[in-house]
Amino acid sequence: MTSVDQVRVVRGDRSDWAPLMELATREVFAMILGCQLTIPETGVEGSFDATSMVGLAGKLCGILTFACSAKSATLMATKMLGVAADEGSREVLDALGEICNMVAGNFKNKIAGLADGCLLSVPTVVTGKNYSLHSLADVAALEVRLLFEGMLIIISLRTNS
Amino acid sequence: MPIRALIIDDSSVMRKIVTRSLRQAGIDLSQVLEAGNGAEALAILQESKVDLILCDINMPVMDGLEFIKQLPGVPNAKDVPVVMITTEGSESHVVQALSCGARGYIRKPFTEEQVKDQVIPVLAGKQ
Repeated sequence: MTSVDQVRVVRGDRSDWAPLMELATREVFAMILGCQLTIPETGVEGSFDATSMVGLAGKLCGILTFACSAKSATLMATKMLGVAADEGSREVLDALGEICNMVAGNFKNKIAGLADGCLLSVPTVVTGKNYSLHSLADVAALEVRLLFEGMLIIISLRTNS
Repeated sequence: MPIRALIIDDSSVMRKIVTRSLRQAGIDLSQVLEAGNGAEALAILQESKVDLILCDINMPVMDGLEFIKQLPGVPNAKDVPVVMITTEGSESHVVQALSCGARGYIRKPFTEEQVKDQVIPVLAGKQ
């Protein structure tokens, strides 16, 4: 049975979750890639031809996406592996999926009531720009923008109300 | 003394990161075997002996909790310590993993120090 506190957390104002999403992402990059993310200045634009997605089910239903450029994804894989990764290779896709998975897991573990009651799907990675994402989740995306080695990355969360 | 480790994770990149973290934690690895899920790991253990198993929970085909439940049935591996490494950080997952026989639990993302703190005592037989 869901407690009152847990319901309050799940139904709460999700804009409050942005700092937790940012922290969850920063921790993954610091611990696993050994680098610090920075805050982008207003107007910074990026290229987003690599997107990883993880589904959430249970007390929180929706989808978390992690979007960056192919160049960023390759550099992330290189930092994770400790050796140069080839752009578009299986290892780069694997690295991007794992980053999204860790961000999603780390994020939900920071919210009371979600660590136990929210399950994650296996990540899916989409490459290319010419696609539209149509999630059945109906609450506007919570979005966090950060810079990785000077390149913009966007982490978004769409949830069911 | 050098040890043989089996690392089970559906991400090949994570398997390499775990291997590197073990080495950075000062663990002398003579051999590292890798599996992409629990079923692959059970097949490897039919043929090979290892001293330590590090295992993810969320994997396709056979997840980490099912793997650890089946481990006592493998003659080569029934006494091998298992440390879980997973994004699932809830108390219930930890309790479930430990009750299934895991000897340690590391949450992703992890630091080298966290790997050391969980794995060294397990190898020393202190947990």
